[in-house]
Amino acid sequence: MTLATTTRPAELMAALYRLTGDEKHAPAALSTLDVLWVLYDRILRVDPARPDDPDRDRFLLSKGHGPAAYYAVLATKGFFPADWLDDLAGPGSRLGHHPDRNLVPGVEISAGSLGHGLGLGVGTALGLRAQGRTAPHVYVLVGDAELDEGSNHEAIAYAGATGLASLTAIVIDNRSATHGWPGGIAARFAVNGWTTAEVDGRDHDDIARGLLTRSPDRPHVVVARVEPKFS
Amino acid sequence: MRETFIDTTTALLDDDPRTAVVLADISVDGFAPAVRRHPDRVVNVGIREQLMLGVAGGLALTGLRPYVHSYAPFLIDRAYEQIKLDLDHQGVGAVLVSIGGSYDASAEGRTHQSPGDVALIDTLNGGWTVHVPGHPDEAAVLLRTAARHDDPVYARLSGRANADAYPDAGTLRVLRRGARATVVAVGPMLDPVLAATRGLDVTVAYTHTPRPFDAAGLRAIAGDRVVLVEPYLAGTSARLVAAALSDVPHRLLSLGVGRAEVRRYGSPADHDRWHGLDPASLRSRIGGFVNG
Repeated sequence: MTLATTTRPAELMAALYRLTGDEKHAPAALSTLDVLWVLYDRILRVDPARPDDPDRDRFLLSKGHGPAAYYAVLATKGFFPADWLDDLAGPGSRLGHHPDRNLVPGVEISAGSLGHGLGLGVGTALGLRAQGRTAPHVYVLVGDAELDEGSNHEAIAYAGATGLASLTAIVIDNRSATHGWPGGIAARFAVNGWTTAEVDGRDHDDIARGLLTRSPDRPHVVVARVEPKFS
Repeated sequence: MRETFIDTTTALLDDDPRTAVVLADISVDGFAPAVRRHPDRVVNVGIREQLMLGVAGGLALTGLRPYVHSYAPFLIDRAYEQIKLDLDHQGVGAVLVSIGGSYDASAEGRTHQSPGDVALIDTLNGGWTVHVPGHPDEAAVLLRTAARHDDPVYARLSGRANADAYPDAGTLRVLRRGARATVVAVGPMLDPVLAATRGLDVTVAYTHTPRPFDAAGLRAIAGDRVVLVEPYLAGTSARLVAAALSDVPHRLLSLGVGRAEVRRYGSPADHDRWHGLDPASLRSRIGGFVNG
């Protein structure tokens, strides 16, 4: 796995260390780090000064577990003050082990229970379209083990059948699904008509390429492979 | 009342650009004209109730007002976690509109029945309004009113109806006055209660909106004996009566659908009898309580 185009800014890493202290980062937190950075640094049309802009892109973190990387990216990009990072899940903290959209600017959905983000993402994409807002794109990040939840497959089938092109799913694949995905995760989406890209989830240029190769008439999935959770 | 729902919501789609409808194959035929006029705001996800509620949450997050519809057991029981998380926890609302109620679908068996739906809604954030209209004309008014705000609403539409509509019965409306007890009838239980209490010296009060429960109204009319007659699980509103009368000595008889699964088909009227909710059973139970 190449790290050739992986440059994590010192500011981002400082935010992450501030959040996690001396503890080792949970693998779940780190598995998303590079994808999240590429999204917020290169892809998403979002403005921390206007987090409620109706024409912003939407990023939905469905896999709400291990949100340290998410919080670090949001703080680095200025969605909330960095000193919020110092008291993770404390009694007065807005940052918990699962994010709450009602507590954290820039967080689009409250997540934690797995398998809710894709359905909310489908509804968000439909709601924007129904209001004539064609500019925003909706991104939903899920984990490969999270895909075990059947609710995801309701959303995958529906979005594919209706050609919901303003929706992109990003699957962080650290091979943590207990029974695996025979034939590969991308095939699970492709069979329902999604376009697919498989990328190195540590290679920033590759991640960006995968996100940008979508087609105008179908939903898109980017499977970002990172090191296995259990190895 | 399903037709009332379809007609009212179709008109809302025409008049209010915020209105959206989310379906999971149930009642799709009725919305066919609306789909043609508003293809982006009438969404049929197929037989996918988790997605139906997730989509509703997403629509609400973008500022629309989703009406979400199926049989009560699929809309509420099956998708309960989506109601809890995709609406409540996100801090958004929707209008959930069920049909079937406790046992309108008596011949279909337990899978199509939801006597526990209002009790499940009661586990949520407390901001829910629950409508149990007793007449289609009430349902039309309530569904239109729900379009004007973003709070969570559950409308439980039954195939059973009272003879008269009382659209203003959002709080307890006294229909008959008496001295021995106050009988509170919810939604379609009104006509059976009126029949059962004919000649009894009791107050009969009616509401089509048990949530928020009209505690002040009950305090104003209740004596020391209260009978609650609800078309869903017996005792669902008992804690609210107890809270309303917490500083007043009183006795409460809670009538409604029993918890035991009867494992019989038959008609809704048969189930009324088996659950003691037909006029003859009600008269016996209320009479015994009043005179006991």
